[in-house]
Amino acid sequence: MFATAKKLREAGVLGLNERNAEFIMRLNPRRLYPRVDDKVLTKELAIKAGMAVPDLYGVIRNQREVRTFEDIVESRESFVVKPAQGSGGDGILVIAGRSQRKRDSFRLASGVLISTAEIEHHLSNIVGGQYSLSGNPDKALIEYCVRFDPTFAEVSYQGVPDVRIIVYRGYPAMAMVRLPTRASDGKANLHQGAVGAGVDMSTGQTLTGVLDNDVVDEHPDTGALIAGLNIPQWDFILESAARGYEVTELGYLGVDIVIDRDRGPLILEMNARPGLNIQIANRTGLASRVRRIDELHDADASPEERAATARREFPAEHGDVSGQNLALL
Amino acid sequence: MKQRYVYLLAILLTIVGMSIFAYKWRVLGFPLTADQETPVWTIESTVHFDSGPGSIKVNLLVPTLTPGFRVLNDNQVSRGYGFSLNYGAGGREAQWAVRRADGAQTIYYRVSVFEDPSADQSDTTPPFPPAPVINEPFRTAVDVLVSDVDEQSADVPSFTTLLLRRMNDPSPDPNVELLMSEVESSSDYVSTLTMLLASNRIPARAVHGFPLGGRQRRAEPVTWLEVHDGDRWRYFNPATGEENLPDRFLVWWRGDESLIRVEGGSNVEVDFAIQENHVDAVSIAKTQAAQAGTRVFDLSLYDLPIQTQAVYSVLLMIPIGALVMVVMRNIIGIDAFGTFMPVLIALAFRETQLLWGLLLFTLLVALGLSIRFLLERLRLLLVPRLGAVLIVVVMLMLLISLVANELGMETGLSVALFPMVIIAMTIERMSVVWEERGMGDAMRAGFGSLVVAVLAYIAMGMAWLEHLIFTFPELLLVILSIVLLMGRYTGYRLLELTRFKALAGGG
Repeated sequence: MFATAKKLREAGVLGLNERNAEFIMRLNPRRLYPRVDDKVLTKELAIKAGMAVPDLYGVIRNQREVRTFEDIVESRESFVVKPAQGSGGDGILVIAGRSQRKRDSFRLASGVLISTAEIEHHLSNIVGGQYSLSGNPDKALIEYCVRFDPTFAEVSYQGVPDVRIIVYRGYPAMAMVRLPTRASDGKANLHQGAVGAGVDMSTGQTLTGVLDNDVVDEHPDTGALIAGLNIPQWDFILESAARGYEVTELGYLGVDIVIDRDRGPLILEMNARPGLNIQIANRTGLASRVRRIDELHDADASPEERAATARREFPAEHGDVSGQNLALL
Repeated sequence: MKQRYVYLLAILLTIVGMSIFAYKWRVLGFPLTADQETPVWTIESTVHFDSGPGSIKVNLLVPTLTPGFRVLNDNQVSRGYGFSLNYGAGGREAQWAVRRADGAQTIYYRVSVFEDPSADQSDTTPPFPPAPVINEPFRTAVDVLVSDVDEQSADVPSFTTLLLRRMNDPSPDPNVELLMSEVESSSDYVSTLTMLLASNRIPARAVHGFPLGGRQRRAEPVTWLEVHDGDRWRYFNPATGEENLPDRFLVWWRGDESLIRVEGGSNVEVDFAIQENHVDAVSIAKTQAAQAGTRVFDLSLYDLPIQTQAVYSVLLMIPIGALVMVVMRNIIGIDAFGTFMPVLIALAFRETQLLWGLLLFTLLVALGLSIRFLLERLRLLLVPRLGAVLIVVVMLMLLISLVANELGMETGLSVALFPMVIIAMTIERMSVVWEERGMGDAMRAGFGSLVVAVLAYIAMGMAWLEHLIFTFPELLLVILSIVLLMGRYTGYRLLELTRFKALAGGG
């Protein structure tokens, strides 16, 4: 058991305690949290910084405004409902379209029909604070539903795949693609059963995937190979992520980016407590990359320079050893 | 930098906590375990006399130096007498005085002592006694006897033993016979002995006291011989010459002075009665602390009203539960609902017993969850829904109690002790997790909560620990410092070792 701990340390794996004590508490002052915890505010800040985000159709701030839902989505075919202060993808509804047969009904990404009344109840729950981190009353966002890029069509089941990038002190440190599965109900969260695939920072090419801490080569639902996909506009994605630091000033930051078919990479949300599963997806420890960034750190570097540094410093180390890892597991 | 402050603070807290603990334990004698009882003897002396016409003054010698014993308390009862304690040549002297009194008088003096082997209160080293003035024919007898014994002995103890053996010889030599002809009582005998020792320049005196043990209505003081060998006092049995003290011998007074002097009274009688009780070691320690004038005890939990004490004996275990919680969460890495929910559940388990507690808790949560899923269909707003869950939980508790009562299962009634708000919140949280993350996650977290609750229950139920914390609340400082240190523990959690094992394998 202690041998394992030693090996993990050698591999530069970051643990939850260390993440909380050394990174989140040291680098993320609490007063900055609203910038990422309130997605309405995040969106405003990102727009101000010139970053591309999904369009906001409307915000529902209290129970009375729940009634305005139908007006907000009147001219929309598809949209996403999410709590402003939600965490871990909880409380998000992806509406893919309107029902053809039933009036006042919508179709979820999974194909299940949902009535207006049910959506309104969901909105009330969000406003009531069921999904907010603190349990306080919350706001509900209704925004553009991303039509994702065909790159990942083969390796996604229904929902929207996204790219999660950990940005340490402004430098992109590690990235993964999160691919929804049937089990994850179209959500791109690893703990809900989505597949995570590491990304080669220098090329933007995907590595093998991880499902529930186990290495997988193929998507469990579609059977397509996960590794070797090229993420489009990778340079721009890295730069956007690096710019997230200027927007939030958080030293340990998770930036979630989706790639829209028409509009390119969009910042979906940012996270002050990004999880550690990304290490499993990349099969690389974060701690070692963080140490390297501390060595290279230059406070005056521009987001473009920092993204370039990341491309140069963090090429994939496991491009060809996946077979070995499988054997070990 | 912060790391260093935390270490410093933790060390400081530990030192403060441990030193108060050590002081109370080693110096004040607080017991480490709960059932420590100490026998305490109460010796009551009753003085009877008939009052004379004038003013009355009563002097009674009372215990001063009591090797092997400590005085817990002493007090006196008398009617209308002025009382004072003085130090005289023979030790402490209790004095009662009154201007006038009528008829038979009774005065009580009572002292409670407990055994303490470390209480070796040493007396001062006495000067060499002057050679006693003795008249013939005793003078020759003494001289012969002493020089005889002196020749056959090496030091003070052997001299004393031999002398005593000669004096107690069943067929005594003429010198001893002559000396013993004047002896009428055991105290006379001991004064003869001191005189003999004094003529060889050995300091000696009589000690009078009581071998303690059981209950004695009328205890007679026993006289022993105390001899100073130049270094310390030694005790000899005047009847055999053996060097020892009777078991549990409480020294009441020393010397040839009479125990009691009454001026202005007649028909004086002193009776002693001895009683043995068992007293909680804590109260002895308290009394000692009070005598030592230490203020540690001003803050003692034992001074609180009994009911409040009962409350605190439970409350003081919560830090233990918190410690378990911290270990399970940050060192092991178990998922649980709510930060301190398991600790509160563990508190409820204390009342219901573990097995019943688990059963009732699972039953309650399972029933609550199913009703919560029904409520979900009604699409209630958040706060009313939480309220509804709470009401349902209360009704379920009532139902379980009623059913248990009907079936004659007393323990089922204790379901009322569960913190209902906590259970309602648990049900709500569990149902949200169930919907969002699936049954597996909800069950895992629910099971994790129960595991932590059971471990906290076990830790909080350890009677010795409860006593320890209650008697030495300063140990909470040590627990606090452990928690602080764990707050800076940045190593892997135990369950992370399996979670990240793919990374360890790949190097």
